[in-house]
Parts: sequence; C-alpha cells; structure tokens
Amino acid sequence: MIRDRKDRGKNAWKQVTWEEALDLIEEKVNYIKENYGAEACFTIQGTGREVILYAPAYASAVLGTPIFTTALSGDSCYGPRCAVGDYQFGAGYPELDYAAFFPDRYDNPQYEVPKYILIWGKNPIYSSGDGFFGHAIIDLMKRGSKLIVVDPRVIWLATRADYHLQLRPSTDAAVALGLLNVVISEDLYDHDFVENWCFGFKDLAKRAAEYPPERVEEISWVPKETLIAAARAFATNAPSSVAWGLALDMQANGIQAGYAIMSLAAICGYIDVPGGITLTMPASFMGKWRYDTFGFLPDELKGKYIDDPSYGAHNAGSPQGHQSHPDLIVEMLETEKPWKLRMLWILGANFLSAQGAMPRRFYEAYSKLDFVVTQDVFMNPTAMALADVMLPLTMVGEHEGIALPHFGRNTHLLGAINKAVDEGDCKSDVEIMILAGKRLNPDLWPWDTPAEFFTSQIQTKYDWTFEDLQNDVIYQQEYVYKKYEKGLMRPDGKLGFNTPTGKVELKSTIYPGWGEDALPYFEEPLYGPNSSPMVMEEFPLILTTGGRNITFFHSEHRQIPSMREINPWPKVTIHPKTAAKYGIQNGDWVCIENPMGSFIQKAKVAKEVDPRVVHAEHGWWFPEQDAEVPNLFGAFKSNPNLCVPQKKIGKLGYGAPYKGIVCKIYKVDGLDG
Amino acid sequence: MSEYGMIIDYKYCTGCHTCEVACRKEKDIPLDEWGIKLFEVGPDELKGKWYWNFIPLPSDYCDLCHDRIKAGKKASCEFHCLANCIEIVRIEELSAKMIEYGNSVTCFIP
Ligand code: SF4
Ligand code: SF4
Repeated sequence: MIRDRKDRGKNAWKQVTWEEALDLIEEKVNYIKENYGAEACFTIQGTGREVILYAPAYASAVLGTPIFTTALSGDSCYGPRCAVGDYQFGAGYPELDYAAFFPDRYDNPQYEVPKYILIWGKNPIYSSGDGFFGHAIIDLMKRGSKLIVVDPRVIWLATRADYHLQLRPSTDAAVALGLLNVVISEDLYDHDFVENWCFGFKDLAKRAAEYPPERVEEISWVPKETLIAAARAFATNAPSSVAWGLALDMQANGIQAGYAIMSLAAICGYIDVPGGITLTMPASFMGKWRYDTFGFLPDELKGKYIDDPSYGAHNAGSPQGHQSHPDLIVEMLETEKPWKLRMLWILGANFLSAQGAMPRRFYEAYSKLDFVVTQDVFMNPTAMALADVMLPLTMVGEHEGIALPHFGRNTHLLGAINKAVDEGDCKSDVEIMILAGKRLNPDLWPWDTPAEFFTSQIQTKYDWTFEDLQNDVIYQQEYVYKKYEKGLMRPDGKLGFNTPTGKVELKSTIYPGWGEDALPYFEEPLYGPNSSPMVMEEFPLILTTGGRNITFFHSEHRQIPSMREINPWPKVTIHPKTAAKYGIQNGDWVCIENPMGSFIQKAKVAKEVDPRVVHAEHGWWFPEQDAEVPNLFGAFKSNPNLCVPQKKIGKLGYGAPYKGIVCKIYKVDGLDG
Repeated sequence: MSEYGMIIDYKYCTGCHTCEVACRKEKDIPLDEWGIKLFEVGPDELKGKWYWNFIPLPSDYCDLCHDRIKAGKKASCEFHCLANCIEIVRIEELSAKMIEYGNSVTCFIP
C-alpha cells in the first residue's frame, strides 16, 4: 500500500502491486542517494523477530547506508548482556544450560541438571526471550532444579523458589555485589577455576568487600538473611546456573549488574560446564552474516555510522556490529546535524507503542523524514503515523525461513520454517530483501529465492542445503564443555578465553580504556529514594514497566480476539495497601504520572509488587479504536514509555531506565482520563 | 460414565492459557463460551509462604477429546500444555497416577 506524504496519519492508503511499490522505493531511494548520499537513509529494527537476522543487511547491503538502529534508548535490550559476554568472556551470549544442544536433551550422558537456577530480572515462562524456551525451567524443576529468583515482582516462579530476592527496581548491581561479598568472604568459591582461568580476583574481592549484606539491604530492600542464604545455596551446590534477563539491560547501571552476576557464576565455577552456563564463540554460525555485510560498504561510508566515542562498549562494534545509537538518531533527526536524515525503512518495529522512550518526541522527530517504508503483518500506530509505503508481510506459516535462537550468539539449533499455507499477496522479509537488493544493489544479491540465499549461507559452514534442512526440520549444533581447556574458545586455538588476558576478566582490562571502572559497582538510579528524595515527595512510588503478558509479544497481538479475550486491557499492578491509600479498587482506571508524562491503565490490585512499587504493562494500543492522527489507535493512552526519559543512559552507551522510574497514581473515570 | 479422567498436576501449571486456546481451536468454541477455563488463586501469603496456583477447569464442552484419544492422539489441551501438566488417563488408573504425581494434583471427570 502507498500513501501520499501529505496524508500521513490518515487512513488514505492506496493499494498497488508489488511491482509499483518497489518501483516507487527504487526511484525515491536512488533520488535521495544521488542528491544527499546513501548516509541520508537508515533502517530501524524491532526486537526478536525473523527480520532481526536481516535488518543490518537491509541497511548495508540493500540501501548501502552505514546507519541501522533501533528505537530503544540506550539500546537497552540484549546488547548490554551481550557486551558483558563479549568483554568478560570473549564469547557470545551466556545462557542457562538446558540441554538444548543435545538431541536426547536431559537424558544426554554428558548433561547434569543444575541444582539451583538463579533467575534474575527475567520471567522466562512468559517471555521465552531470544529463543530460550521458557518452560524448560519447568522441565528442570521436574528433574530437581531449585530456584533463586531475583525480581521486584512476585512472579509465579518466585512462589516456587527456595529464595526470592525482592529487590527495589534497578538495584541489581548492589544485590549481585552483595552475593559476591558473601561467597568470597565465606570462601565458598571454586579456587581451582579462579586461580587458573580468572583474572583480577583479588581486586574483585576488594570491591565486593564494600558491599556487606547490611549495606545491600539498605540499598535494595533485600533482607540480609535472604541474601546470605541465597549466596550460600548458589555457591555450594555445583553445578548451578543463571538465567538473566532484560531487566538488567533496562537500567543505566545494567552492564555493571550483569558483569557482577557473571563474575559470581564464574568464581563459583559454573562457566561452560554441564548444567552451568553455556558459551559459544561470538556471532558464530549464520548470525554473523548480517553484520558482515557492513564490510560491503565503500570505505568513505564506513565511518559514517552514528555513535558517540565516549559510548565505549556500544561504539566498539562488537556485540551489535556498528549499530547506530538510537538516542543520537533522535537528536540527529531533530537538529539535522551532522546531516539531515531523509529516508527510513522500518523493519518489524512499532516504536511509537513499544521501544521509543518519550514516544511523542519520536513521532515529531520521525515525521520530518522525506520517505518512510515499513513492512508488517498488521497495520499499527507507527505505520499509520509515519509510513509512505507499507509492504504486507507473510506470517510465519506462510513463508520459508530459518529460526536461529540467540541470533547466532549461542545457537543450539538451526530450524527450518516451512511454508504451510499460501494466502493473500504478501511476502517475507527475506523475499523483500532480495527483491529490493536486486534493484538497489544488484552486485550483492545473486540469489533469486530465499532457499538459494539460505543454502549459500549454510554452505559457509556445512555441506548441506536449505532443502535438506527443510526435510530434517532442525539441525542441532554440537556442544563441547570446558572449551577453554581445549583451545576451543579462541580463534587462535590457544587455551583460555578470547579476552586480552586470556582469562575470564573479573577485572576488566577493556572498560578503563573507555573511562569506565574496571570493576563492577552500584550506582543509584536517576530517580529514587536515595537519589531524588525531593522528586519523590510528589512522585512517591517507584514505577517499573514491561513485565510480560503471556498473550502478547511487546506491542503485537492486540488485534487477535482470542488473546484480547484473555487480556482485554492494560493493567497496572498495585499492592492492596497502596491501592487502599489512594482509594483505588481492583478494575478501576488509574492514571500514572511523573514529570515526563502520564498514561492510563486498569488497576490490578495484587500482592505481586511491594507497596512502594507499581508495575505497568507495556506495548498497549487499541486496534479497535480510531486509526488516524491524533488518536493513532490510542497509541499515547496507555503507553508507559510516555513516562520514560530519553538519553539517561549508562556510561558505556548501554542501558536506560525503562524499569526504574518514579510516579504518582490516581483514580480516573476511564481510558480517556 | 466416562472412560477417562483429566489429571492436572497444578504445582506446575504456569497460567499460560495455552489449554484454553488449544481447546477453543480444537472444538471451534465461540469467544463468549469456553471449553476449559483457567482459575487463579493468589498470590497471597499463607503460613508465611507464597501461595499462587492456577487450575484449568473443563466445561460442559469437554468430552476429553474423545475422538483424538480414540485415534491414539493426546487431547488437544494435554498436547499443547507448555508445562506438560495435563494428562488424560483411564478412569481406573486415576488414583495410581495421582499418587505418582505427588502433591498439588487434582483430577476432573467432566
Ligand atoms: S480434553 Fe479436549 S475438550 Fe476437554 S478441555 Fe481438553 S481440549 Fe478441551
Ligand atoms: S496449558 Fe498447562 S500450564 Fe498452561 S494454563 Fe493450561 S494447564 Fe496450565
């Protein structure tokens, strides 16, 4: 569908053929490239969808621009945890070992069931993030695994846990350092692993000594007895493991928290052992290609991605290639400096409803673009507000594709997506990529079909084809434990880890070069009882956001009747005591407000949260409402990102306060206030 | 009298609602009715510990997936349950099975 630029925000779409739509894209992109350079074009991607495997290539290899980005302030999803994996272990994403690499799974003779699983800032049952099968936790519980849950909410798993550390949102680094304190001071760590394979233990011990359980309790609200007992259980029951989540990315102090958590797992000896934490070489297997396409750019364009030299970890290009920094892109659109961006291709992102902090600012900034293409399965607020061309995508059962858990960063299998039905005139992300690539950058696109493309990718490593994979459905990679003892963790084949010291870096040799502390530390969130007592006089509650709802994936699925039947409205969870204090009853409409903005959700009065904390769901819009500007399917009614600031991010460029801000709450009459 | 019963090992029921949707699709049940419905109690503190349980309750639509079972398949909700905590068993085996599952287990003969 296409729409005249002056009709943006109006339901004035005109249906055209694929040929016509691609003609228009070709003409506009070539015009902009000729007149303003390829760097006036960029792409923006959403989260864990198939297109994530191709989004950087849409920029570098289709449009020929060095700029691809997301809308998430501080790129605060996955990247921060990958940065920890990268700089601390020289490896891909550290994941709980749930026997996923073995065809016979938990029965594999090499495998051991973890005794404790430390579930941190993650509700895997409902999120199944990044290709991790969340209900594997249930499989493991049935086989004897016990749980330690670190979460500000009483998630269901917390009620099944031996220990629940119900922390104040965004004090994770303090809790992790407190656990390190106990494990080190009580001498519960794995001496052999620490002496042979870790760097900087003494300095880490000194840092951890600054976080005795009493101090950690004051900061985090976690009772010191619970902290001590959990530390002992985790350290003295080998093997144990960690499932760490998005909550760590969504705070400015998140890299430090993740760094401390992985240090804890390392000194307990749980890295790359059966039932511990799996690691593979970073960006291994097929996921590498998407970032490698950056190499096809002409040299004069390679330096033109948008980042800040002070954002060391983000800028180093390791975890997410040369991904341009989302906060800087918003500013660039506003200021038109260092140059004016003109053309955008949106790939699986509805950033006015999810991702974008201060979404109204996004709307203003992104409205300035000359030409916007999007592709999606359903119409959504972002497409309605901004797009000039909307390409209809096939759903998962309607196309051929591949599935790659952890996007190549810890990939236990490669799966074939086989086309089952063929309805409507839609195409897949890969089909569109090839078609557009052939028009805009033909040298890089020799393939005619997705199958040819996949086969050529597979054959960089294996001697079989996509058709073989389609028949077998999945190909499981082999997994070798203790690779660091076998020279399998470094491209040069030496023993140890692929870090500057060749060891697990408990003290970073990399961070100081970026002006960051070599050791993990706790920093108070921007707003909170200790950092902004004045603000908290008017906004006395801590607001955390984004806990998952099983029926929806971020801003998706609100238009599916059988899902909306289960969860009809956005819910803000309020403790019964707090609700009583503000005269709020279960099911009342509630406005949540702070100095950035306000939004409205329905009260769920429940003990899932501490009385000092409220939790709001994210990603809500209302497909049943008026589509056009200004309503935009109600995109600005229930969206907690209206209360999240822009560019209040971590020192290394990663992490933003989506999960730890402040608010006040009051009852209102309805969704419209 | 039914030949089968439905065991729910509800200590592991995560409240994922998959059984509801699986049944709705299997039996083509309209949105204002249901084949199996999830109930929730908690979270609350009992005896100083958290109590939070989900239990799905089959409705009058439920024939324990008679045709699927006869064809040697699992019932739709049983097959799709992400926690593997639903099992359709022969009525005479119910109590032995329940003992096997241990605590927090119930059964329905709809
Ligand atoms: S056994 Fe079949 S009919 Fe009964 S609840 Fe399950 S899916 Fe529905
Ligand atoms: S599918 Fe299984 S785990 Fe999910 S709600 Fe139903 S019974 Fe519970």
